[in-house]
Amino acid sequence: MPDMPTTDPRPNAALRRIRLLVWVLVALAALGFAYLWLTTQRGDRSEMAVTPQGQASSSGVQLGGPFTLTGADGKPFSSAQALAGKPYVIFFGFTHCPDVCPNTLARLAQLRQKLNAGPRPFEIVFVTVDPERDTPQAVGSYAQLFNTPIIGLTGTRQQIDQVAKQHAIYQAKVKDPASPDGYTMDHGAAALLFGRDGRFVSTIAQEEGDDVALAKLRRIVA
Amino acid sequence: MRTLLAFTALLSAPALAAAPAIHVTGWARPTVAGQAAGAAYLTIHNAGSGADRLVGLSSPAAAMVSVHQTSTAGGVARMRPAGPLAVAPNQTMTMGAGGLHVMLMGLKAPLRPGARLPLTLRFERAGLVRTNLLIQMSAPDAGHAHH
Repeated sequence: MPDMPTTDPRPNAALRRIRLLVWVLVALAALGFAYLWLTTQRGDRSEMAVTPQGQASSSGVQLGGPFTLTGADGKPFSSAQALAGKPYVIFFGFTHCPDVCPNTLARLAQLRQKLNAGPRPFEIVFVTVDPERDTPQAVGSYAQLFNTPIIGLTGTRQQIDQVAKQHAIYQAKVKDPASPDGYTMDHGAAALLFGRDGRFVSTIAQEEGDDVALAKLRRIVA
Repeated sequence: MRTLLAFTALLSAPALAAAPAIHVTGWARPTVAGQAAGAAYLTIHNAGSGADRLVGLSSPAAAMVSVHQTSTAGGVARMRPAGPLAVAPNQTMTMGAGGLHVMLMGLKAPLRPGARLPLTLRFERAGLVRTNLLIQMSAPDAGHAHH
């Protein structure tokens, strides 16, 4: 078929422009749908490693108990030995956590100073919920960030799950393309307080004021 | 192509009428060797008469920079990407520990206390805004501001 002679090029050009506009709109719509799809995917949080969410309450539930993990030196850490006769505060987090975890650890370090009961009236224990990435060295150097002794611990996935369960700490791996390695960890945010006898005393929640937190800490160091 | 240009011109036309004026301050938290992620907290003040949105960030110190939102609702710490941040005219948007923060990923070197972190913010309308954040252990007024 021979080419149609274009008698008047102008309407044709206009038509081409409309066609281009339609295609631009189609492309925009496709991008929009792709964005929506991606954001809903992200929202639907595939939780890969989950332990049941426990209630951190002192009523009847016996939290804590002896556990074995790996210390920053790569050697086994036995709480029954290392924490015997020492009050301690235990907090779960991960080293790729740039906000909540350093905040909490910095605050615990600050509270320990404010308590004004000697240089180290209680131990601060940091347990990673991300043992796949957090090597003994990683938890060790992370713990050093706060210029005060903090016990950084990791372990096998099985050990971490067990210790988290013992402390009723919720943990879940959550997809996040905007985080390193494409995931982040959701985790119980409370710090758990244990007395000299190893018994659970109380928790310190993120939103609690320093006065309340200090009163609780006085109970474990007494 | 001309249609596309016309489109862009149409979209950016109100920018000429009411322009945003962005001022950024803030601080970054120190990190240790081997730590891949760090955080910075910004205060973004829009002194102009037009709204703007923070649509991207970058830093020579990190492989990837984005805004994340942390919450501890229900006792569980969660962190999610925040998406573009709107900064209304004559408004100040303040990030803070336990909430909105800038996440620095793939840090090339530890963020040393006392050093500065160069950060470039890309606003939808104001364009690129550069800042140098002081690296310190806690917010500048943390010692005095008790909530």
